[in-house]
Amino acid sequence: MAKMILTGNESAAWGARLSKPKVVAAYPITPQTSIIEKIAEFIANGEMDARYIRVESEHSAMAACIAAENTGVRTFTATSAHGLTLMHEMLIWASGARLPIVMSVVNRAMAPPWSVWTDQLDSVAQRDTGWMQIYSENNQEVLDSIIMAYRVGEKHNILLPTMIMEDAFILSHTAEAVDVPEQKLVDDFVGEFEPAFKLDPQDPGGFGSLIMPEGPYMEFRYKMALAMDEARKEIRKVTEEFAEVFGRKYPGLVEEYRTEDADAIMVVMGTIASTAKDVIDALREKGKKVGLARIRYFRPFPYEELREIVKKADMLGIVDRSYTFGYGAALYTETKGALYGHTDKPIKNYVVGLGGRDITPDVLVKIFDNMLKIAKDGVVDREIEWVGLHGDERWS
Amino acid sequence: MAIILPDEPTPIAKVPSTENKTGGWRTFRPIINYEKCIRCYICWKFCPEPAIEFDSPDAHPVAKPQLAKFDSVKINYDYCKGCGICANECPVNAIEMILEEKLEED
Amino acid sequence: MRHLPIPEEEYMLPGHTACLGCGATLVMRYLLKALGKNTILSIPACCWAVIPGVYPRRALEVPLLYTAFEVTGAAISGIKEALNAMGKEDVNVVGFAGDGGTADIGIQALSGAVERGHDVFYIMYDNEAYMNTGIQRSGSTPMGAWTTTTPGGKKRMYKWEPKKNMAEIMVAHKIPYVATATIAYPEDFIKKLKKAKEIKGPKFFQVFSPCPTGWRVPPNKSVEVSKMAVLSKAFPLYEVEHGKYRITVKPKKFVPMKDYLKMQGRFRHLTEEEIERIQEEVDRNWEELLLKEKITQGETHEI
Repeated sequence: MAKMILTGNESAAWGARLSKPKVVAAYPITPQTSIIEKIAEFIANGEMDARYIRVESEHSAMAACIAAENTGVRTFTATSAHGLTLMHEMLIWASGARLPIVMSVVNRAMAPPWSVWTDQLDSVAQRDTGWMQIYSENNQEVLDSIIMAYRVGEKHNILLPTMIMEDAFILSHTAEAVDVPEQKLVDDFVGEFEPAFKLDPQDPGGFGSLIMPEGPYMEFRYKMALAMDEARKEIRKVTEEFAEVFGRKYPGLVEEYRTEDADAIMVVMGTIASTAKDVIDALREKGKKVGLARIRYFRPFPYEELREIVKKADMLGIVDRSYTFGYGAALYTETKGALYGHTDKPIKNYVVGLGGRDITPDVLVKIFDNMLKIAKDGVVDREIEWVGLHGDERWS
Repeated sequence: MAIILPDEPTPIAKVPSTENKTGGWRTFRPIINYEKCIRCYICWKFCPEPAIEFDSPDAHPVAKPQLAKFDSVKINYDYCKGCGICANECPVNAIEMILEEKLEED
Repeated sequence: MRHLPIPEEEYMLPGHTACLGCGATLVMRYLLKALGKNTILSIPACCWAVIPGVYPRRALEVPLLYTAFEVTGAAISGIKEALNAMGKEDVNVVGFAGDGGTADIGIQALSGAVERGHDVFYIMYDNEAYMNTGIQRSGSTPMGAWTTTTPGGKKRMYKWEPKKNMAEIMVAHKIPYVATATIAYPEDFIKKLKKAKEIKGPKFFQVFSPCPTGWRVPPNKSVEVSKMAVLSKAFPLYEVEHGKYRITVKPKKFVPMKDYLKMQGRFRHLTEEEIERIQEEVDRNWEELLLKEKITQGETHEI
């Protein structure tokens, strides 16, 4: 095992390299670009043995990965923001075709107005595509998650694609010390790609043909739903196996931080978690009993874990780095949906950091204070609140 | 009753379309006049199903003795949709399109 | 014993669900006769996404990857590179798309794929409109045609923009082989396919593919109208091999466009003046093609 100083994007490229995809199809977009540049470098140096298709759009990147994977090889791609949303049609195609493609996504705000900074709307908007979604907290997790995603997704009882998110710049362009596992260990862990089906001139068949309403369309979708449920168990199992081989223990679908005896628990995805952990430590010093639940997997959604977590505190504060216009942000509505009938504790939605606005410890301290007040009063002051808008005295 | 789910994870169409007998679509039936047929196989060449098959040389009457060594053709009415391209392209007008209903009457 | 003008092997099965007299089925039949069994196809949304039949039926003896409308170019890139990665370079990889999927919504992915130089075939079966959705205008619809989105009315309409020339767009990509073909000349089409099979890199075919339903032509006239398109210069048959043009069917005597147009209900509204205008357009295109042939065959001194 080698310790390297890697950015999030370099970590993603290493994750791909170690997993040995045979076809990479990619298109550049800020801030994903350095992932696919690094992969190009690996291939040019003979350090990675993959066919690199320099496609003319992200839509084609996903289409090419789908076709290649359906032909019988492991594939990888990476994108961000507008690239990801351009792919939308093909994301649904990939999962419907049951192809366990793995993709790195750098979370970036959607235009207009143009913004290249972090915001999770791009990937949250892909919630219904049938992809598994992992939100990373640090560069090590970016790398390790890619390796685990291949192992989980390629199991023949799963066969679903996975996207692994990293926050733009905060991870993508920030270097940290990362353990890069030995190739041999990854080879054994991920294994050779064994397609469940493939295009083969010796065995003619049509993949994805027309199905009438009375045909098994609904049954195939139901099989997908079962696979996604099954993935919950596989993810928990594979994170355990990963810990045994590589010595790093990931908490399955949700990470809990100081949730025992907490009065209020914050629920987040992505790098907000790191700042929040520091803030929690500081607040705990002052006797304020706060904790954190970091959602690693937004899909499959960890409803079972959340039903346990909500028992540990008097309220939950759901902090979203995106907004779903019309009603509440996605993590909030999903959490509430999962907890309906399981709790009557107050739950509040905080919308923060859109377009890459910095989420400082001060902001989180104010949110925690608000959460503790709600925990004490037992009443939510405002169900959904945007935090830190210009001129808003509540948060300045 | 137990839910019935497909075995494979993704739909792969593997059953040959030959089980779909499209002959039922037909309004006009092509009838080969073997007294005229010169066994040039142009009808076979242009059949979009394809529903024109080869038969042994002596399976049908022959227009000229020198053609007797060549295979004859026949129409597979299980699949022929009656488009009439064969009749239109036949260089010796050896194929006639006849209304199915009329054939039934006869 | 039989002397057959084209290969005997069939890789397209009867029982498919194409309309009567469908030109696109003949394009497929001839294509597979020429390329053989060691072939993988990708087909986007188009008539041919429906023709093989409803799941679990298949009408082809080769594997087929159905794809989204605009991605054929990307799909064949992915299939080919995956095969290369597996050491199966000898498999023919074919994109098979309609004119809408090629000239309109799929032109970006096609342009990308051929520019990257993948060793693939791309077959555009050109029925000159969106036929699977029911005869809507595409960029490949010819001048003067009626479609459901260019209907005639009190304010005269129809389609008056020139037909987008996909073959020339492909020639401009400097790919090794571009050809036109049509179902009335299967020997010409198959010969071109066999030649292309020996050429490494992207191969593009624009195959004129009559649609009796959409063109308002009786189904038995499908092959005849295809022949008339060639004889009237409406759709010349040629190939461009490494930039060199060669017209493969040069009719000794041309037929007037009027005769070709009058066969089809989609042109029935045309006035004498409009027919004249269309005649001038095809004459000019033909002259241009003759010149290109001359220039690229090294006979520049003649002009």
